[in-house]
Amino acid sequence: MKKTYFSEWRIESPRYWSILALLAAVVAIGGLAALYMEHEGHWVTGMTNQVVWGTPHVFAIFLIVAASGALNVASIGSVFEKKIYKPLAPLSGLLAIALLVGGLLVLVLDLGRPERLIVAMTTYNFKSIFAWNIFLYTGFMAIVAVYLWLMMEHKMNPYSKPAGLLAFVWRLALTTGTGSIFGFLVARDAYDTALLAPMFIIMSFSYGLAIYLLVLLFTFNLEGRPLGEAVVRRLKNLLGVFVAAVLFFTLIYHLTYLYMTGKHELEAFVLLHGGIYTQVFWVGEVLIGGLLPLAILYHPALGRERGWIAGACAAVIIGGFSKLYVIVIGGQAFPIQMFPGMKVLESGFYDGLVAPYAPSLPEVLLGLGGIGVALAATLVGIRVLRFLPQSLADEVVDPQAA
Amino acid sequence: MSKTTDQPDQDRRAFIGKAAGALAAATLAPGVFLHVTADAAYRQEPVTSKVRWGMLIDTQRCANGCTACVDACNHENGMDLLVKPEGLSDDMWDQQIPRWIRKVKVQDRATGVAANLPMLCQHCEYPPCVDVCPTGASFRRADGIVMVDRHTCIGCRYCMMACPYKARSFIHEVVEHKPTIAPRGRGCVESCNFCVQRRDSGGTTTACQDACDREGHKAIVFGDLNDPASDLWQALRKHPSRQIRADLRLNTGVRYSGV
Repeated sequence: MKKTYFSEWRIESPRYWSILALLAAVVAIGGLAALYMEHEGHWVTGMTNQVVWGTPHVFAIFLIVAASGALNVASIGSVFEKKIYKPLAPLSGLLAIALLVGGLLVLVLDLGRPERLIVAMTTYNFKSIFAWNIFLYTGFMAIVAVYLWLMMEHKMNPYSKPAGLLAFVWRLALTTGTGSIFGFLVARDAYDTALLAPMFIIMSFSYGLAIYLLVLLFTFNLEGRPLGEAVVRRLKNLLGVFVAAVLFFTLIYHLTYLYMTGKHELEAFVLLHGGIYTQVFWVGEVLIGGLLPLAILYHPALGRERGWIAGACAAVIIGGFSKLYVIVIGGQAFPIQMFPGMKVLESGFYDGLVAPYAPSLPEVLLGLGGIGVALAATLVGIRVLRFLPQSLADEVVDPQAA
Repeated sequence: MSKTTDQPDQDRRAFIGKAAGALAAATLAPGVFLHVTADAAYRQEPVTSKVRWGMLIDTQRCANGCTACVDACNHENGMDLLVKPEGLSDDMWDQQIPRWIRKVKVQDRATGVAANLPMLCQHCEYPPCVDVCPTGASFRRADGIVMVDRHTCIGCRYCMMACPYKARSFIHEVVEHKPTIAPRGRGCVESCNFCVQRRDSGGTTTACQDACDREGHKAIVFGDLNDPASDLWQALRKHPSRQIRADLRLNTGVRYSGV
């Protein structure tokens, strides 16, 4: 394998600034949406005292989960010594930080009192998984930043392996923490299971890699950097494995609940008559997010075409949003089983009924703003610093091809 | 340097000392005086775990169609002062307005027996809302009251995700009018606090209990779960009662009989 050289992303200025201006507009609109919600209060959103976490949480959790997954590419190079992944590592670290910042911004701006963030940073209840996550998230950014520096500063390279190992362990802890936000909730039927932690980890593998592959294809294609079959084939095959693993965990989650009589009503809701949640589950999560990308990625002809591979990545991302929508919103919409063995005849607060929820425009715009922040930060990063390898052509990266 | 001695300037020190003292007095005095005047009737010593406030609700005495407890709570805690924001549908308003207590009528699927349950914060001994709160704003007092510190609540709503009883409310709108005893503001979470202002000023009842008694139903008995002489203790000994979602082992402070 030849020595890898890195360079800044050098597409023509007008093109670069147009893309950045577009992202800046998305970010600005997201910011205005957040300002509007904070000024008026959450009554302008679709959230209620029944569905207390709405669309912003779907976006935020998606970005946070994808952030830890985006780092996997670097981990495979540093921790598991796969040489072909090493040139891919800096972009992986950058994306990880950028996605996390985007996700956290959405999460914080959806707080009832975002100006009290300082309280959250100084007053802790250490039994709360949220409190752990504050350390896991900030620690992740710091560790990945140091890891990036060790990788990109030639003299410090020997230290990048232990840093990579720490970052890998930390990212597993981070996604475990994110999954456990739901996994440790005893109140609601859809949560309350340790399975959510490993499922979130495998979801992160899948969503993070899909975003990574899309960004790689986009940046290399736009600039005309050589990107050989060897790298793309490996990444898309790996993505296929992760997509299949997410489907497997989804299957186990539902089989477990189908086995438990007490959870039958929940399963009937998600799988059969939950309206929008049933549709999003089957069409968004299973079909678009699972079966379709699998079919494309492993198709003998389509699986070789960049456009189709990019399409498969987009499908995985749509599937990710769908899955989180069903988990986060569907899990709240399904009525809390407060009185087992009883029928609710009347209630002053909708007991026993499915809670309605429709995303409002400001919520969606805030979420898109978070994505805008993540992408803009990435594009600024690769423009000013040397994150991208000059060539990923087969003869450069693949020992067999050289 | 014009200084001729290495001794510190004593005049300057004295001035700084006095200025600091005056500043401290100016900062603290209003608080101290406010405390003395406004809290004269209030408890002066910290609450202890010798007391555990609790409630027994007789679901068979709780009358069909009666909402006296709900109305009284709304009045006592200022929910009736909230104004629906312009442009908000009645449907959404109904799902966003805070509810500290609500009536639920259930029917046993096997026996067909119906019961009315006023549902409120169950004041668990092991409250999930307190476990999950990142800042500790959701807390349990030594005397068993579970409540929210509105100064440290950041409005993340994790407690609402964790509560098995749908007992908590988020303030979705800007609040113009609020009673002194139950201050509220946009963006924080709140729930029943057993009329904590009454607990701390020597009161022996809650607003919901008073209202139920006034209606002649006497379905609610409030008191000290730790005091064998209390009406609550006596009532609990007399009537078999249960906790809602007892399977979660939260050891609720609110018990129900006749269901």
